Order: sequence, then C-alpha cells, then structure tokens
Amino acid sequence: MFSEMFYKLWENGLIQMGIIETIYMTLIATAFSYLFGLPLGMILSVTDVNGIRPMPWVNRVLGFIVNFFRSIPFIILMVAMLPVARFILGTSLGNGAVIVMLVIGASPYVARMVESSIKEVGAGVIEAAQSMGCTNMQIITKVLLPEAKPSLINGAVISMVTILGYSAMAATIGGTGLGQVAIIYGHQRGNDDITWICVLLTVAIVQIIQIVGTTIARKTDKRIK
Amino acid sequence: MIELKKLSKTFASASGSVEALRDIDLTINDGEIFGIIGLSGAGKSTLVRCINLLERPSAGQVIIDGQDMTAISKAELLKMRRSISMIFQGFNLLEQRNVLKNVCFPLEISGVKKKQAEQRARELLDLVGLADKADKFPAQLSGGQKQRVAIARALATRPKYLLCDEATSALDPNTTRSILELLRTINQTLGVTIIVITHEMKVIDQICDRVAVIDHSRIAEEGRVSEVFTNPQSDIARDLILPQDRAALDTAGGRRVRLTFDGLYSRAPIISQLVLDCQAPVNILFADTKEYEGVIYGHMIIELPTDERQADKILAWLSSSQVGWKEEK
Repeated sequence: MFSEMFYKLWENGLIQMGIIETIYMTLIATAFSYLFGLPLGMILSVTDVNGIRPMPWVNRVLGFIVNFFRSIPFIILMVAMLPVARFILGTSLGNGAVIVMLVIGASPYVARMVESSIKEVGAGVIEAAQSMGCTNMQIITKVLLPEAKPSLINGAVISMVTILGYSAMAATIGGTGLGQVAIIYGHQRGNDDITWICVLLTVAIVQIIQIVGTTIARKTDKRIK
Repeated sequence: MIELKKLSKTFASASGSVEALRDIDLTINDGEIFGIIGLSGAGKSTLVRCINLLERPSAGQVIIDGQDMTAISKAELLKMRRSISMIFQGFNLLEQRNVLKNVCFPLEISGVKKKQAEQRARELLDLVGLADKADKFPAQLSGGQKQRVAIARALATRPKYLLCDEATSALDPNTTRSILELLRTINQTLGVTIIVITHEMKVIDQICDRVAVIDHSRIAEEGRVSEVFTNPQSDIARDLILPQDRAALDTAGGRRVRLTFDGLYSRAPIISQLVLDCQAPVNILFADTKEYEGVIYGHMIIELPTDERQADKILAWLSSSQVGWKEEK
C-alpha cells in the first residue's frame, strides 16, 4: 500500500521524530512569541487613542514596526534574519535557529492578536474600574487580561496553528520536523505518499490543537451560561 | 457637599469643537437625592463624569467636601474616587468574575484583605437581596439583578456619594421601580448622597428631592421636584414633564386654558362645579395629576366654548375661584 521508503522511514523512527519535532518547535516558538507579543500587544492597545493611556507616538512607532515585520513573507524573513540567529545563538543552523526565526516572524502576529482581544473588553467595564480609583496597572492586570482571557486563548490557538505552518517552511533553512520529511523524502525523492502522510499528520495536529484550545477557551469563559 | 462652579466642557472633534457643558453652577447637599434630567445629547452624562473627573472639565471647578477635584494630584484623585461610586446603564460588571468577586473588586483595588472583603461583600449582597446569588456569574443574572450587584459593588468602599448614570434606563418599569426603591433605602439608611442622571420623568418623580433640568449644555431650571413639576418655567422642562400637553395645545378649536391644581383643589370636583355654575360646556383636552410628598398636584387643559360670552363667564368664574389658571396661546 505504501512505498518502500515509507516503511524504511517508519522503522527508523523518522516520521515519529518529525511529529515530535514539529510539536516541540511549535510549542517553544509559541511560548516565546507570547513572551514578546503579549506585552507588545498590550502596549499597542493601551497606548491607542481610545486606550487607557493614549500615547500616539509610541503607538505609531510600534505599530509601524509590527506592520513592517508582518508584511514580509515568512520564507523571505527567514533568510533575511539568518544573521540575527547567528548573533543570538552563534549558529544559523538547526532547530534553535529555526525557533529564533519563528519567534521573530510570529511575535508581531501575536501582538496584533493580543491587541484585538484586549480591545474587545468593553469600554464600560474599564470606565467602571476607573470610577473605582483603579490605577492603569490595576486595570491591565485585574480587568483587561482576565476579561479578555477566553479571547486570548482563542487567539493563541490561531497563532499556534500559524506557527506550525511556518515551522514546515523552516525545512528550507535546515529545520526538521514533518515539513522536512515531506520536502526531502516526499517531494525531492518523488514519494507522493510520504508527502500526503505528512499533510495528514499536520492536519491531525492542527485539529488536536484547535479542539483542545477551543475547549479550554469555552471552559474558562464565564459569559456562557 | 458637591459644588460645581462655572463648569464647562468642550470636546474637540474633527468637525470643530463641541460644547457639551457651559457655565454649570450647581450645589448638591449631603444626604439628598439630586436628579439631573435632560434629553439625549443635552450633556447630562458628561456632567456626571465631570464630578468624578472621568471627564476633565475644560473650565470651572468641581469642589467635593471643600476639595477642588480639578487641582489635586492623580494619586489623590484615585483615592477620592473611592468615596464617589458610580453605577451605569450597562451595569458594567466584570463578566469573568462571579457576583461575590465583583463586589469584592473595589476592596481588592484598595488593598483590603480577601477575607474581610468577602465578608463585606456578603453583607452588601444581603442588603441588595442577592445573598443567594454570590456564586453566580453576571451572564446568569437578569438586568435588575445585575444592577443590584453593581449597587452592592458601588457601596463596598462605603462611599459618601453615589452617581447613577441612567441606571434604570435599560430596565423594565417594574424592575426600575424596585431599583429606585433600593436607592431610596440606601439614601435613607446609609445616608449616601445620590445623584441621578436620567431622561425619564418617572425616575425623578419617584425618588428625587431636587432636580436640575439640563438643555443644550446649560442648566435650564433647578429647584425642588414638587415646584419644578407643578410649575415648570422653561420650555424644556414643560416638554419633559408634560410631553402630551404640547399635542393638546396643537389641536385647533376654541380658546384654551391651563388649570393648575396645587394639592388642595385636586380633591374638589372643580370642573363639575364650573359647568354647573356657568351652564356652559368645557372640553377637557389634557389632564395629568401626580402625587408629591402626599399632596396632589396637576395640570389640566380645557377648551372653552366658541361662544365668547360663555367663555368670558368661565374665565370670570375661574378668577373668582382659587384655581390657578392661564390662557394658552
């Protein structure tokens, strides 16, 4: 049913390894992207004209930087940012470098996702908090983040799926995972079944992320009766 | 005491500046329920937001208990806001916190220990009649219940003042009545001074001691509710208080006279007596009486017969009676 190559790869554990590496890279890169993207997104929404601490210039400059990185196709950004990975890690090879690329590519995306989630929090609730004498920091930690939580989780699911997609592209600069298996053993060696198996496995991973994420978001959302 | 002195607020917008408030002078005494009524866009919401400086006035002063709110530091302002609570039309509860945690929120902000805060919150939920809903989330409550939670939350820090911004406008008439009763109880038992912003006459009618009518960014009229209601001076107050009688005046026909009842005469059969004495028919175009502070007040508009002799006879009768009257043009 499958090509000889598939059985060989399976017996050597390369496909299984691909699954694990894809998941591993996606999780690590998502975590780091939120480390930078969450504060960035919060600053973007707080400094907005309608935010709790409007700072038009800060907002414009950060907004420009975010848009700049978001407008570069990831595959080009990856190649362009190789020196950055070399600067940070001392090497532009391997999964470490790939994770640096993913974080650079995904952080601005995450920032926009976070910004839009935070902006969903009703102006009335913020005004109520202000009327009680909340400081801006208290509004951020006790109103904006908790109230936006279900939306932030949904955003994280979307971001994670995007990062998973990016990670497959990273095979072109030497990243491993299902993307690499598909390109090297499937595409380059003409084994269509391997390409398709990698596609199906990726679809399965995305589905699992989506189902788990949506379930968590729904469970945490107290607006649902 | 809250004193507003020459308060003005101008908003800059793309199409030029908009003057939301102009030269507002108001004094709100401790312990009273003060109403501010006006049509949408009159500036009343801006006015109430200027009291706790959610909106910074463009000019003038907001003096609360002798302290000029426009002159104090940010930190002092945040502290002052804890003694000036606010409730809203949209309730503005934290949707991801349960009822108890919502009421605890202002206490949490001011650094009260969790256990003490929860104890205080439970007392307040008891006061507003929602002791059994402590573990529910806002989405599980009705509008009236949400506003009760908001009231409990507003009282958590033992404020001296409570600002109500259209607090009953999203509620049905029965719920409105029960929320207003709760506010009155709070005013009487806790001595909280309440400032009510509304576009609904019945709200002012039911709980306010004094009222200011705001129109086109200015105070059009101010006084005791019973006075303003029985004898509105400004056009806007008349429109708000007696919306239907404008329509009555628009209808064509004979001369029209407005009768003003001042409590004593509303109990007497004035119109019957008039008709019997003058032997002339009158047409009642509009009538509205209300009870304030246990006495009946009201207005009536009657249309006189087209026969001038009969009409004059009726006017003479009215002059000799103790009914207040005025011919409407």
